[in-house]
Formats: sequence, structure tokens, C-alpha cells
Amino acid sequence: MFLSRRARIALRCFAALVLGVLYFPLVYVARLSLNKAPSYAWPPSGFTLRWWDAVIRSEGPRSALLHSVQTALWATAIALVLGTLAAFALSRHKFFGRGSVGLVLVLPIALPGIVTGVALLSAFQRVGIALSVNTLIVAHATFCVVVVYNNVGARLRRMSGSLEEASADLGADGLQTFRYVTFPLMRTALLAGGLLAFALSFDEIVVTTFTVGGGYKTLPIWFAENFARPNAIPVVNVVATFVVLASIIPVYVAQRLIDRPIEGVGAAAA
Amino acid sequence: MSIDSGERLPDLPTHVSPPGTRRRVARFLARHPRLRLGFSLGPPLTWLLVIYIGALVALLLTSLFRLVDDPTGLLTRIDTTLTFENYQRLLDTPAYRVVMQRTILAAFSVTVIDGLIALPFAFYMAKVASPWAKRGLVVAVTMPLWAGYLVKGYAWRAILDPGGGVLKGVFGSSPGFGSTAAIIVLCYPWFPYMVIPLYAGLERLPNSLLEASTDLGASAGRTFRSVVMPQLLPALAAGSIFTFSLTLGDFYMNQIVGGTNEYIGNVIYRNFSANLPFSAAYAMVPVLIMIVYLLAIRRTGALEEL
Repeated sequence: MFLSRRARIALRCFAALVLGVLYFPLVYVARLSLNKAPSYAWPPSGFTLRWWDAVIRSEGPRSALLHSVQTALWATAIALVLGTLAAFALSRHKFFGRGSVGLVLVLPIALPGIVTGVALLSAFQRVGIALSVNTLIVAHATFCVVVVYNNVGARLRRMSGSLEEASADLGADGLQTFRYVTFPLMRTALLAGGLLAFALSFDEIVVTTFTVGGGYKTLPIWFAENFARPNAIPVVNVVATFVVLASIIPVYVAQRLIDRPIEGVGAAAA
Repeated sequence: MSIDSGERLPDLPTHVSPPGTRRRVARFLARHPRLRLGFSLGPPLTWLLVIYIGALVALLLTSLFRLVDDPTGLLTRIDTTLTFENYQRLLDTPAYRVVMQRTILAAFSVTVIDGLIALPFAFYMAKVASPWAKRGLVVAVTMPLWAGYLVKGYAWRAILDPGGGVLKGVFGSSPGFGSTAAIIVLCYPWFPYMVIPLYAGLERLPNSLLEASTDLGASAGRTFRSVVMPQLLPALAAGSIFTFSLTLGDFYMNQIVGGTNEYIGNVIYRNFSANLPFSAAYAMVPVLIMIVYLLAIRRTGALEEL
């Protein structure tokens, strides 16, 4: 290759440094959650599970976690349906204004969250809808559609239509073709998109701030309310560490999905 | 006509479905692609047009309303006659202009810093690292995306705190909380958004192109400028949409580490419950900036890389 040995070593050191900076804050928070002193002062001293125990026993973080999961599940379900339909429409059909529809689909992630938040709040106020968990789910679903659309759309574009034509030639009707040919081929794309949508909703705070009502608290809201309270530092450390640890699950699942190519018919197409 | 249902594909139907309503519907749909398009495009497009585009229209309308005193003088209410009062106030008040400049400068700085760090990093990932290391790096770079956004801000607060944070403890000095801290910290969560498109762009760039450039006598720097960069421009533009837009709308990170220096987002957040029309008008600023930004970089083909 065209790089000198010295340049390669320099690049490797640089990459290692970047990874170090990327992970230090996450590791440091995990270490703080076990810190004896109830502060984040350097250096951390001693180990204790006291704070973990306190968090497990307390009601606030647990109900916030449940609320976050509930919101994310609903938003993901809506996004899966709408995103998949949109992906089919845009990758299987040519029609006037397709480019504009594509732009409208990506707009909710291209515009800053605060715009989406204030815009939805203005709309709900105009129409006279009181903020609640329902308005929150609608808001989350709106920006989650994009990620499902992107994942499924990319898969459909890679998948050749000839498999579906072959299915039709063999006498299968549209529903059968979808069930036995199309769906198995796009299953992993659906999972990947759904996972991403779930994670996006689970962690969302900006749009949430403007569109939630009725005292409904998600985990990020709980976090925003507590991180600045000096008394809450040890508990906040534990919840933060929990969020970091929980994030390993979707990363692991996503990795498994990418690693294992689809068996059978799909292997030829994918 | 029958398909042998062997062991490999046990689920396949062994006969064509009997004629019936379902089959008639399927046949009808197969012959009418426009109808199929309507069924698949209808629901998502309706949702986005009614809820999202509708909300943006409501935002624009609300920004043209104004807050007036109730007849009692104790409460305020929203007057729905259209006026440019909020925009006038934004343009006439020097403090709001400063906040706008600060936010745009921060979005620009974060984009440039992330780009400068991500370019060599993505290059290492795509062109230098072994296949094994490459897979590890992809996971390593995407994983922090999933770790909570506020958690990252909080972790950096513990690092930057001038009264006993990590930097103070280890190096004896810290930039403290303020504009510099806000830019440093905002570079952190958006970094993967810049690396991933760049990595994908570099993966598509054939090695033979780089080798050909070297064979023709170009230095590494020249190869980078004349061969790599032009090809990488759409990916760079795609990454910059995220870093720029996300910084432009931020207010939580700035609240956590930015000290008293407000961004557009902080002003919107501070005002939205008391004076929604004014917040709406201020929210139109990032909308306009992003529209100009998207139109400007649409030519590079960046929108397909999102």
C-alpha cells in the first residue's frame, strides 16, 4: 500500500488514542458507581455495592425504566409498520414526487430534535390535544420511521425482484410470495431497524421534553431531573452505568445479525 | 402442479391456493400496481404529512402569533393575529444575535473537529487495520452511540469539573464549564455519526486506486488530496449533516457543561412554557439554517448516504 511504515504506526497510535478518549468516560462512570465516597471527585476511592443496592430498592428509577421501555416498544411497533410500507413504496415503485417523499421521510432526523419538539408541541396546542404518554409515543414514532425505512429500503434495493417473480411464476399469490419469499429475506433488516428505533426512542430526551405530559417520566427525564442534584450523585452514577451496560445487549444482537448471513434461499440474494 | 416439499424448505405450500376472495384480491392487486403503491405509500405518507409537516406548519403559524395580557392583566394569552413581532424582537435584541452566532460557531467547530479526528480514524479502520481489527473497530465505534446521551454529558461533567474532576486531578488544569467545554463535549456523542459514513465511503474506494496513484509518483499527501478526498466528499457531507444539525439543536449538553453561555436551544427551552410563540420563532432559525445547509450539500449526493 501507499503508506510508509511510520505513517501506519502513527495512524495506529492515533486510533488507539481516539478509542481511549471514546471509552474513558463510560468506564469512569462505571467505576464511580462503585465509589465509596458519594461524589465524583478524582481519584475514586474504595469499592462498595451500597449505591447499586439503593437504586434497586428505589421506586423512581425502576418505574422510569418501565416507562422508557413501554414508550420505545410502542414507537418501534408503529415505526416498523410505517417504515416498512414506505420502504416498499419507494423501492418497488417509480412515481412522480418520489424524491420529495424521500426528503420528507429523512426530515425528522435531519432537523434538530428541538425543532421537532417545539413543532409538535405547537401542533398539539393548536389542535387542543393535551400532552400525555400518547403524544410522546406519536412523537417518538415519527422520528423512528426513518431508521426502519432506511434499513428495510436498503435491503429491498439489494434484493432482486426476480425471486418474487419466480415465486409468482410458480403460482404463489401476492400474500404467499410475501410470506415465504420476501419476508424471510428482509427479516434481519426489520430486526436491525427495529433495534435501532428502540434504542433511539429509549435514549431520547429533547423531543420528549416538549411532547410528554401528565407527569409521565422516562429514564432520560429521571436522569435530567437528578444529575445536577449533589445528593443524587451516587444514584445517578448507578443509573448511568446501568444504561451503558444495557447498551451492550442491542450492540451484541446487532452484531449477531450482521455476522450470520441468512440461511437457505436468502444466502444467494443477500 | 405441485412443488416437492423436501426437507430443506418444509414451509413452502405444496399447492396453489384455491380460488377464493383472497386470491381474487391478490390477483387484482397484482394487476394494479398503482393501487399497491397507494396501499403502501398511503399510511406512512399520511402520518408524516399530517403529523410532521403539519407540526412544522403549526410551528410557523405559532411563530407569527404573539403573547398578550389577559383583560385581567394577571395572565397572558396567545393572540392569533399574525405578526412579525417575535422575529423583530429576535433581530433587534443583541443578546439573541450573540446566542445565534455562538450556536452556529459551535455547530461549525464541532463539525470541523469531528471531521478532522474522524478522517484519519476512518482511514485507519478501512485501509490499514487487519480484517479482524476492522470488525472490532466497527463495533467499538458504534457502541457508544447506544450509551445514553445524558450519561455522556454527565460523565464529561465529572471529567471537566474544575473543583475536583479528572482533568484537574490528573493534569492539574481543566477548561472548566463554558463555551470551550460545551464544544469539546458535543464533539464526543456525535463522533460516531461522522466516522460511520466516512468508513463506509472509504470501504467503497478501491485500494487499487490508491496504489495506482502511488505508482504514478504521488506522495501520500497528494494521493489523499487528489484521489481520496474527492471520492469521500458525499460521505463527509452526510456526516456533517448530523454533527451540524445535532449541535445546532442541543441544549442539554450545554446546560450540563456550558456554564452560563446559552445556545439557541437553551433560549427556546427557557421560554417555551411561558411564551410558545417566541420559542417557535426562535426554533425557525435552525430550520432555516438546516434548509440552506441541506440544499447546499444536496449536490454532493450526501442525502443518499444518510
